[in-house]
Amino acid sequence: MNKLLAEEIYYLMELGRRFELAAKEHYMKGDISGFLHLDIGQEALSVAAMKAFEKGDVFSTYREHVMAIARGIEPGAVMAELFGKVTGVSRGKGGSMHLFDPSHFFYGGDAIVGGQIPNAVGCAYARRYQGSEEGVLVIFGDGATNGGAFFESLNIAAAWKLPILFLCENNRYAIGTEITRVSPFLEQAKKAEPFMPTLEVDGMDAVAVYETITEARNRIQNGHGPVFVEAFTCRYEGHSMSDAGTYRSPQEMQICRSKDPIERMKGVLKRRYGVDDSYLQTLQKRAQKAVDEAVEFAASSPEPSAEELYADLMCKECANVVS
Amino acid sequence: MLYREALNRAIDETMAIDPNVVVLGEDVGRYGGSYRVTEGLLAKYGEERLIDTPIAELSIVGNAVGMAIGGLRPVAEIMTANFALLAFDQIVNHMAKYRYMSAGKITLPMVVRFPQGVSRQLAAQHSESYEQMLCAVPGLTVLAAGDAHYAYHALKWAILSDDPVIFIEHELLYNKRGEVDFGADFDPFSARIVKEGEDITIVSYLKMVDDVMQAVPQIEERLGCRCEVIDLRSLNPVDYGSLEASLKKSGRLVVVEEDHRTGGYGAQIVGTLCERLFYELDAPPLRIAGEDVPIPYNRRLELASIPTPDRIVREVVAWGEKHGV
Repeated sequence: MNKLLAEEIYYLMELGRRFELAAKEHYMKGDISGFLHLDIGQEALSVAAMKAFEKGDVFSTYREHVMAIARGIEPGAVMAELFGKVTGVSRGKGGSMHLFDPSHFFYGGDAIVGGQIPNAVGCAYARRYQGSEEGVLVIFGDGATNGGAFFESLNIAAAWKLPILFLCENNRYAIGTEITRVSPFLEQAKKAEPFMPTLEVDGMDAVAVYETITEARNRIQNGHGPVFVEAFTCRYEGHSMSDAGTYRSPQEMQICRSKDPIERMKGVLKRRYGVDDSYLQTLQKRAQKAVDEAVEFAASSPEPSAEELYADLMCKECANVVS
Repeated sequence: MLYREALNRAIDETMAIDPNVVVLGEDVGRYGGSYRVTEGLLAKYGEERLIDTPIAELSIVGNAVGMAIGGLRPVAEIMTANFALLAFDQIVNHMAKYRYMSAGKITLPMVVRFPQGVSRQLAAQHSESYEQMLCAVPGLTVLAAGDAHYAYHALKWAILSDDPVIFIEHELLYNKRGEVDFGADFDPFSARIVKEGEDITIVSYLKMVDDVMQAVPQIEERLGCRCEVIDLRSLNPVDYGSLEASLKKSGRLVVVEEDHRTGGYGAQIVGTLCERLFYELDAPPLRIAGEDVPIPYNRRLELASIPTPDRIVREVVAWGEKHGV
């Protein structure tokens, strides 16, 4: 990883953290409603995975704001979507859980746990059929690895040797249920082992995530079929804003926060790349400014008009017109 | 031409036009399709485009959604409608919603073919009809092919459409013979007047249209009237214009459907037409529908669970006599 990329990853992690803190604040104020799943603590994974997989297609979950931004979608368009505004990336129709932007090869934003995995498999089929070099990255949590969609997808991707990278964000909790209470083991990669090569990475270490995803991406692109990466991570906040978080002890949370990915990346920049504190502060200020502008953009944007209700349900030529 | 041959030709022609059209499902390739609909296509288009999937319906539809996102035009075959229940998350939460949730940024040019209905003693888990559930999902176009002509044109239209389409076929129609006018003008959403008449409007779709047509001569003879028989063809959207025109003329409405009566599809048709034309009705509408039981295996019980030509005659005549047709 060169210095420029390391700085960019750090900047995006700062931006992601600050974006989520702003989202939390505006949820409390009532500007954002519904379910809001914050990424705080998982920024290394969200940012470094996107940077390591810049050209392929990405399918993700409802905890995707920071990924969308790292993918290149404007923070203002993401915040406006959270505010339900017409300038949002999904024109206020999707909300926090449904961010889509095909121009950035980013396909959500899926809120059915595991439901996006078969879609990613199908897309990988399409890409191979089209002779594309780039594969597909599908991201899901440890909670998705107990469902049928996950197992069907492992089986099909392996049987057809599809160019797809399965990335499991293992933060150990499916809302409030610890993975080891509902799965025989902590390491979900064990489920993929009969089907494909598996890699494990410390999801709190952005450099390691970047390197591991890069390695996996190269492996799926050479026609050898899918690869499974498991990243162990930790979300600092509840599952969503409505989660009181009673299932994790203060000690556990303390250990969790002691591995902070942003602090860690700061250390890497200083030690390995000789970046000084004043430049880090410059990047932090720039990140905060981008977030402030995103909030300003979202707050000042109009809501969708009533005419938007039926817009984009069907293509025009096949609109369901009841005469 | 047989109904299944018409479907085959529609797929064949669209595959020939557009290399993005692919077919996936259980036994669609080497086996030739459970109903022989995709017979011969593997030899023409190869394994990359005739994709034999594992028995995993969630993935058949889920993968088709992803293929469509990736720019293909997948045609997914579900072996029988009951199995599609395993794919309902993908149909309802993904196939139907991605376009709307993404504000039109994602389009899903895909078709899911749904063979359904009571065939012959296939029992409760292979005999049901799910149009009532599918039509309750905004974002899906739901077409129901009752004859070879519509099967050919509508499937071709569906495959080339940029929206997701549920294409319902009835399992007893695959070997039904019918004329196909290949050069005809075609509107996938228009209902078809199968037979004209002035006194009773009978609305139906899929195989029930044939059962109604068998029943009509006796109904007309015994009631001394003329029935207008309409094949809906497009179940969502509904061609209410044609239905209203017929009902304004007749003032009497009968809806015949094979699915279960409670929550059944025909209730929506009756309800909407009552809202719109209540004061033009000369009799309360009649619904003839499947019974509210799982479809039984025994042939006598099976036939008792759905409308048959005899039952249609019996119920329409009793209703007609009561209401002075």
